[in-house]
Amino acid sequence: MREAHRVARVVAGVMVALVVATMPAAATIPRVPAGRAPMVVEVSPDGPVRSIREALASVARGGTIVVHAGTYRDTTIVVAFPVTIAGAGDAILDGEGKRQIMTVTSDSVTVRGLHFENVGVAFTEDLAAIKVVRASFCTIRDNRIDNAFFGIYLQEASECVLEHNELRATRTRDATSGNGIHLWHSREITIVGNRVSGHRDGIYFEFTREAHVRDNVSTDNLRYGLHFMYSDSCDYQRNTFRHNGAGVAVMYSKHVQMTDNRFEGNRGSSAYGLLLKEIADSHLQRNVFSNNTTGLVADGATRLLADHNQFVNNGWALKLQASTEDALFTGNDFAGNTFDVATNSRSNTSTFAGNYWSAYDGYDLDHDGTGDVPHRPVRLASIVVAQNEPALILLRSNFLLLLDAAERVIPALTPETLADSTPAMRWVQ
Amino acid sequence: MIEPLVRVTGLSKSFGALQALRAVSIAVRPGRVTALVGPNSAGKTTLIKSLLGLTRPDAGRIAIRGTDIDGDQQYRSRIGYMPQIARYPENLTASELICMLKDLRGPGAPLDLELVDAFALDTVLDQPLRLLSGGTRQKVNAVMAFLFSPELLVLDEPTAGLDPVSSGVLKDKILAERGGGRTFLLSSHIMNELEELADDVALLLEGRIVFGGTLDELKRITNQGTLERAIATMMRRGLLPVAA
Amino acid sequence: MNTILKVLKYQAKDALRSRWLIAYALFFMLITDGLLRFSGDPMKAQLSLVSVVLFLVPLVSIVFGTVYLYNAREFIELLLAQPVNRRQMYGGLYLGLTLPLALAFTVGLGLPFVLRGADATFSGSLGALLLAGVALTCVFTAIASLIAVRCEDRLRGLGAAIGVWMLLTVVYDGVVLFILAVFSNRPLEHATLGLMMANPIDIARIALLLRFDGAAMMGYTGAVFLRFFGNAQGVIVSAIALVLWVYAPVALGMRAFLRKDF
Repeated sequence: MREAHRVARVVAGVMVALVVATMPAAATIPRVPAGRAPMVVEVSPDGPVRSIREALASVARGGTIVVHAGTYRDTTIVVAFPVTIAGAGDAILDGEGKRQIMTVTSDSVTVRGLHFENVGVAFTEDLAAIKVVRASFCTIRDNRIDNAFFGIYLQEASECVLEHNELRATRTRDATSGNGIHLWHSREITIVGNRVSGHRDGIYFEFTREAHVRDNVSTDNLRYGLHFMYSDSCDYQRNTFRHNGAGVAVMYSKHVQMTDNRFEGNRGSSAYGLLLKEIADSHLQRNVFSNNTTGLVADGATRLLADHNQFVNNGWALKLQASTEDALFTGNDFAGNTFDVATNSRSNTSTFAGNYWSAYDGYDLDHDGTGDVPHRPVRLASIVVAQNEPALILLRSNFLLLLDAAERVIPALTPETLADSTPAMRWVQ
Repeated sequence: MIEPLVRVTGLSKSFGALQALRAVSIAVRPGRVTALVGPNSAGKTTLIKSLLGLTRPDAGRIAIRGTDIDGDQQYRSRIGYMPQIARYPENLTASELICMLKDLRGPGAPLDLELVDAFALDTVLDQPLRLLSGGTRQKVNAVMAFLFSPELLVLDEPTAGLDPVSSGVLKDKILAERGGGRTFLLSSHIMNELEELADDVALLLEGRIVFGGTLDELKRITNQGTLERAIATMMRRGLLPVAA
Repeated sequence: MNTILKVLKYQAKDALRSRWLIAYALFFMLITDGLLRFSGDPMKAQLSLVSVVLFLVPLVSIVFGTVYLYNAREFIELLLAQPVNRRQMYGGLYLGLTLPLALAFTVGLGLPFVLRGADATFSGSLGALLLAGVALTCVFTAIASLIAVRCEDRLRGLGAAIGVWMLLTVVYDGVVLFILAVFSNRPLEHATLGLMMANPIDIARIALLLRFDGAAMMGYTGAVFLRFFGNAQGVIVSAIALVLWVYAPVALGMRAFLRKDF
């Protein structure tokens, strides 16, 4: 028995030495005997545990830190093991305009109900309210993030959920403003019900795959409401993008599904509801484009299928660049737009069928709901304006109407093949 | 000598090259009928319009009871005017027209509607003016001139277009009102009519007054028995100016 | 003031019973109702009406106005023989012509929308359309009055009226487009806006563009245009320009009327 005790003691000693050796930080963190770490640690400004950093040192792996109301100022909080950090009351984590507030480097971390504010601005580093680095299965939910540089930043993360967060920034310059929700090299991220405003881009993806973006509202951001590049196989549903500096830009991606989104009130000389640039084989369905200077720009949107969308009260409903090949527009409503379709070429490979055009002046003698003569939606005025911008001021003047009428009789400048041969007589939607 | 109601002194007016009035001076004496006679385009209408302020003279003065008419429109409330042509807004009725004049002149003495009865106009007063014949419109015109019992009545070819009966009615009215002390300035081509009505005559020839005085005087200096012959004589004599 | 109202009252009474004016109101009623009925889309109907209003209101106002005032010549003489002030008289004549026309237009265009119960979202743009039409009526009856006062000869006057209309409605914009094309490489923002403010039809059209094509107008790259179209400035400047377009012909017409020999 003695021998056995001695062996055990040696083994334990070696183990402790090993643990100590592998945990250099342990020297500064109060040691908690293994197995007795509490599952719940409460943090409050006047309680025994006064910072999340302290709580992280004592809480059990997989446990919960409850942060009570109060303002906490601390160095950047690093979350390196699975844990839940939850706010109870208005728990404010203040970055004092100097630093990143929280870095998550472990899988299975949940951050919820916290109030982040005043993230530092740096030109060399993307400081965020919460940055998740190389982690999976994290959940960031019900947080409020005010005046951040970057808001929620996912770097090489996967299978995380960002849900019902509210991000508000008030910066006025592009250079000192970061993105609200920023994903880089991530995959299978679900982004649901967040509200983002006042950032550079509301939601930004680069090299991200299979993201699911639903029910978010992204408004009044300086640049784009949603901006993504090189991000294939993502889907976007029921989001609202409103009053963003430039609108929504979707670039260099394949197999994008965009359904039931609203693109509204993006106004300005280079603003649009949605820019599709080099987007192949994507599907645009039941979206609403309203009150934008330009509703949809299709620049290299090859084999795009756009159906049952509404284009209402835009300056230009659709700018169809010659770089877009074989797109199909069907069952869409074009109503009250200044120009329905503008194009930069007389040749055209796209197909229009069964759309409603409020500018259609044909007739339906057989009452089958389809106009009897084709509708050519490109107006001469849009070509005149494209060549000479100030001519826009002559819009709806009798002189331009006269020119337009002449052009309709003998098309000289407008693409002859760009026509809807089965225009709907009534709104499709 | 009684002070004239209207004194016109040295009145000139030209329309471009046409000299309509050349230093015309006449006096219209109160309580009398002054006939303004002369061939077409002698300047009768221009003189009347100048008196009413419709035309601005180039030179000369017009005074009513010694006061120049320049600048103030109120003197016109003393004048009743019956223009030569009676073409009025076709969709108004005669009674609306009368109401309108009443509105414009404001409250005053009771309206003289005697001519409405005398012309038997009451049945047509509420018809749009476009439905009325030229003669009927001329009657409405006459009614409007007498309506406010003005001190001075200016009648431009008053019986033109009127049937003999109505013409008689109007002449009776003129004579009756003169008897009541009103003053008339009337122009006409019909010499018999003027002979019946006029006390004084002003003869205009090519914009000049060639005679201004009483009818009797005119007859005397021309040695003629009727106004028509007297005028003819004056016109043959040419453009000899005669002091008024 | 009193005289203005009195003249206005009776003249308006007369004009409102005019067959031409009733035909004008009926025409707008028919065309508005037809557009609403057959397009089944109030937005589409309103956009079509923009063109109709910009084309027809100036034409009818200037032609009807000129003819009406020529026909009222003897009536005006009768009125001037009354103790009235010419200045107020002219005001009354102008308003007595303008208000019935504006009323006929408003009723003709507005009534079908009201009767068909167009919903509130369209009332703003309907209001803009009515306002633009009324403003154009005021401008073109002012020009008509000026022509009728200045020009003794009816035929020449009518010719002048139609000429002014042609000039402002088609020729002018053609010239502007030509200028823009020729000088396309120069900054013409201020000049272009200035040219637009010098034509009442263009002013009304731009006011309607702000309403119906605001999104497209924000597509300008030029800062001057953006400032003009982006906020209240455009509306204020347009309103002032339109008021001047009423004031100038009325003032000129008044001057001529005060000196005119009837």
